[in-house]
Amino acid sequence: MSRDVEQGAPASLVRFRATGFNPKSNPVAAWASFVVVIALWQLGSSTGFISELAMPSPVAVAKALWQLIVSGDLWLHLGASLQRLVGGWIMGTVAGLVVGFLVGMFTWARSPGVALVSALFPIPKIALLPLFIIWFGIGEPSKFATIAFGVFFPTVINTFGGVDNVQRNLIRMGQSFDLPMTSVVRKIILPGALPTILSGFRISSSIAIILLIAAEMIGAQYGIGALILAAGNLYQTDQLIAGVVVLSLMGLCVSWLLGRLDRWLLGWR
Amino acid sequence: MRLHIKNVSHSYDQVEALRDIDFGIEPGEVVALIGPSGCGKSTLLSIIGGLLKPTGGEVLMCDQAKPEGCLNPLTYVFQDFALLPWRTVAGNISLVLEDHALSKSERDDRIAEVLAQTNLSDFADAYPKQLSGGMKQRVGIARALAVRPAVLLMDEPLSALDAQTRILLLDEFSDMFARTGMTAVYVTHNLNEAVRLAHKVVALRRRPGTIKEIHDIDVPIKDRVEGMPELIAHEQALWALIRDEAIAADKELEHVA
Repeated sequence: MSRDVEQGAPASLVRFRATGFNPKSNPVAAWASFVVVIALWQLGSSTGFISELAMPSPVAVAKALWQLIVSGDLWLHLGASLQRLVGGWIMGTVAGLVVGFLVGMFTWARSPGVALVSALFPIPKIALLPLFIIWFGIGEPSKFATIAFGVFFPTVINTFGGVDNVQRNLIRMGQSFDLPMTSVVRKIILPGALPTILSGFRISSSIAIILLIAAEMIGAQYGIGALILAAGNLYQTDQLIAGVVVLSLMGLCVSWLLGRLDRWLLGWR
Repeated sequence: MRLHIKNVSHSYDQVEALRDIDFGIEPGEVVALIGPSGCGKSTLLSIIGGLLKPTGGEVLMCDQAKPEGCLNPLTYVFQDFALLPWRTVAGNISLVLEDHALSKSERDDRIAEVLAQTNLSDFADAYPKQLSGGMKQRVGIARALAVRPAVLLMDEPLSALDAQTRILLLDEFSDMFARTGMTAVYVTHNLNEAVRLAHKVVALRRRPGTIKEIHDIDVPIKDRVEGMPELIAHEQALWALIRDEAIAADKELEHVA
């Protein structure tokens, strides 16, 4: 009876239904969106629709940025910021990795570690800067400490989460071949936890940038945060936006570097 | 006797998984452990290799019967292969040799040798994710052979594979046992695998797991072929032995979460 379909009985076309929900990437559209936004912004500034005082035009921002580059001020600020960012991030990350591995592997470290981390993680770390200034003085160490402290907690959480997620059967396999403890950690647990650890780096690096700028706004002579704050105090909005653009570029660089690190270390995926 | 499983009992919390298991494994013998799910056959294999501490009894290993160059007398082949995804085929085999006092060239020789034995020589630099299930299990076998084990402990090594691959690998296992005279304990729920590979089939009963019968198959492994009347008779005898248990296992509700 179902054969009737082939023999000229009324039939309707089966409609394709699985449309949509499948976004694709388009690099041209990505760059075009920048061009369009900047062009509209410039148009608004040129026609006076956007007040120059509230929001300088892209051309004015570019000029301010160029001024900062040729006068050498930019390098001074950027150098100070990068030093704090890299130093603080590395300190927090190393400490976080060590504690994360201990919490992930040993019963004695587990519950105390998780309890302390859960209690301290929600504190906005910038609230501790005044305390760090009392402890370490207004100079660099208090800024390093703030950034390191902020980076430490998400690193611990991601590291022990990553260690937890290493497949138990791989660890048992290692033990069944009598691999020594150090080899199990180095050759099975560490590489197995690495994907989670690296995705934690993305979180911790953006936290580090936020804390860097906040710390520099509270008390620093040089640094991108100090530059932005000083420009704001003088109503130099063109320089202020130039500083923000530098921050955006810095964030992009960090995420590019982490992407490279991902591809280098996680090529096997 | 190479291995003596001596009055082994094991309980998980309230559930008694194994009770008074006692049998021996002779050198060159392949012993299959069969039984319905929940009879504790995988538990028993874990106990034999020292991956699980039994609540009672012990496993004794004869030290003199180690093959030359043996690095890990009791060596597992896992159902889920347990390969490190970040290491190549050769790297996965190297993993189990790196912590032993072998020179680089000795290590490379062993790797090349076991890769050749398992027909993997062309895949030395491939990553596990690039391999089919059958190839992954061949890597598992190669890794086990690399340490020259005294006893191979195989935990349902074909269960995660599709039917065609299973037939191919079963033939390869059969060749390997016939050729090398390897001692092995082979856990399976597939009676066909048991009658093709084992000299001795230990059928377990469930709740608690005890030995129901030890069934000998006296056809030499190299003479066994698929569909041989004697093997079919053995398979039917084994099925008659465990059928009621299997029905009970099938009807049981899960108590343990």
